[in-house]
Amino acid sequence: MNAPHSAPIFDDLAAKRKIVLVGNPNVGKSIFFSSWSGIYADVSNFPGTTVEIQSSQIGDDALFDTPGVYGVSSFNDEERVARDVILGADTVVNIIDATHLERDLFLTLQVIDMQIPMVVALNFCDEAAAAGIIIDIQKLEQQLGVPIIATTAIKGLGIKEVYAALDLARPGISNPKIDEKVVQLLSRVDTRPEALLVLEGDWNVAKRHGIEPLAEREQSYLWRRQRADDILAETVNRPSEKRQFREFLGRCCLSPLTGIPILLAVLWGCYELIGVWVAGEIVGLTEETIMQGYWEPWIRNLVGGWVSEGSVLGQILIGEFGVLTMTVTYLLGLLLPLVLGFYVALSILEDSGYLPRLATLVDRLLNTIGLNGRAVIPVILGFGCVQLGTITTRLLGSSRERTIATAILNFVIPCSAQLGVIFGMLAAVGIQLSLAYAAVIFVCLAVIGTVLNHVLPGTSSALLIDLPPMRLPRLGNVLRKTSVRTYFFMKEAYVWFIVGALGVSTLQISGGLALWQKLVAPLTVDWLHLPAEASTAFVMGMVRRDFGAAGLTELALSPWQVVVSLVVITLFVPCIASLMILFKERGVKEAMTIWLGAWVIAFSVGGLLAQLVL
Amino acid sequence: MSLSDLIQGQKARISHIPDENLRTQLLRFGITTGSEIKCHCRLPFGPVVLQFAGQEIALGRTLANQVHVKQ
Repeated sequence: MNAPHSAPIFDDLAAKRKIVLVGNPNVGKSIFFSSWSGIYADVSNFPGTTVEIQSSQIGDDALFDTPGVYGVSSFNDEERVARDVILGADTVVNIIDATHLERDLFLTLQVIDMQIPMVVALNFCDEAAAAGIIIDIQKLEQQLGVPIIATTAIKGLGIKEVYAALDLARPGISNPKIDEKVVQLLSRVDTRPEALLVLEGDWNVAKRHGIEPLAEREQSYLWRRQRADDILAETVNRPSEKRQFREFLGRCCLSPLTGIPILLAVLWGCYELIGVWVAGEIVGLTEETIMQGYWEPWIRNLVGGWVSEGSVLGQILIGEFGVLTMTVTYLLGLLLPLVLGFYVALSILEDSGYLPRLATLVDRLLNTIGLNGRAVIPVILGFGCVQLGTITTRLLGSSRERTIATAILNFVIPCSAQLGVIFGMLAAVGIQLSLAYAAVIFVCLAVIGTVLNHVLPGTSSALLIDLPPMRLPRLGNVLRKTSVRTYFFMKEAYVWFIVGALGVSTLQISGGLALWQKLVAPLTVDWLHLPAEASTAFVMGMVRRDFGAAGLTELALSPWQVVVSLVVITLFVPCIASLMILFKERGVKEAMTIWLGAWVIAFSVGGLLAQLVL
Repeated sequence: MSLSDLIQGQKARISHIPDENLRTQLLRFGITTGSEIKCHCRLPFGPVVLQFAGQEIALGRTLANQVHVKQ
């Protein structure tokens, strides 16, 4: 194969055999990956995309996870990545959902048509049995020509057996009609898998071979579909639907009349878990008692013996914004518990099947700002931490949608660190002014979204998702997902926290921070009608958003001044760590536009409001 | 008529999907011309959720409008 096919991620692992996990979304691939790889997994961005690929070395083998896809083609970034990883595979492990064979067999047959040696793991066998679905595994094995192992991965059943069966992997029995067409291409395309994709109109793969793709995709898909239906008719006996309760529950989450109350209940539950318990009690313990109470004095003392705290190096290491003081406290005391809390909530919502239904419920609403329902996930996470939300925009279908979602997250969504202070200050000014604050922020969200939707070229992708059955989440799986995701997030974020802290220290030592404050002060007094000291709070908001908000609580403000200042602080620039992630995810140009735009929007909206009410 | 015209619980047969991209994407879920589907839920002005072979699939309203069905 030529170089571009086996992407650079393959080069890091010198392996004899490249094993690739392939499957539809929600079939339990990640359980196989984590059981086989243990805790030693690498995650890398696939070159040229923001899709992450997990890989791990097991003995002489290299194991790769791929994003969940319904077929090998290039409808979106995730599929293109999955396609390229599959093209480099020596052995494919295809995980299929025994309760959704109608859907999953399509991908299986496509990999068989590629003639890559493979093993099939028939997962969710317990659920299939409970639903009365009877599958003749032997017959299915004969028809497909590859080994099939029954598994219930969530309970740990069959996972080892699949690994043991890897040596038995076989290319399987391909579709003769498709074979005939593919063989004609083999003179012009190096490998059989690539030939199939060229036949099925993949212009990416065709271009690598300097040829035009064929227009046989639909014909080929129809043949494959027909074969899948024939195989299913012979091997699967599905009783008439009995999942009445699950279906009913699923529908309740979807239709607005019941779905909105359910959504409110879910939000309330998340607020109690994350807003009250984690952000309040747990962070109180980790940030104040442990980190600020024990860690910071200890490290100050230790480093202080070598370097004076007043010196330049001392300020950088153990000063107010020091790398060993503020950064460590912020990362371990504040961010880590919050991210853990959010990922627990997200994993529960995801595993229960609620999330895709929520996406469907809010789809219409999000369409008005150029997003589809899936964007609800980064927005929810943004309320936890804007960085978390910004990174999660990767799951959106197009760059256009990622731009809109990122802008909304960084302009209007207050993060949990800030929310606590905001709630506290609003409680003092009463319900009417609180609603005024919420209304101003909501109008900003709607205006920013609508404007971007009209200004940005192209169109956003429409919602097309399958809704997995409602399932009771399993504790083990929730914890595993949470720990993996938290680990990867922290691994990605910590560098930017350090860079941010260094930047702020430099500004402080060089007097830049004081200069900023002086520059902002006239704007604060004359335009926003706030005390001059508020400018300090705004500048501190650049460092940590809750610093900014907390700075306001110390000022004597009239109720309307509270509203104006909170509006400004909410719309103001993202914290320095988020800015770093923004640079990384969206590039310098877009990140700077958002950052400078936040100054303009925060001060114009706040100022206009001040002119009206103060 | 299109998928968006179905009411909850109504069954119909797919007659025509003009857009090739949508056609192939649905094909992968097993849905093709002639497939019998059931409307699981229709959100006001929003997506249509259809039921097919034990799966539930949500299509945004613009996509649902493009799927022609007949009874």
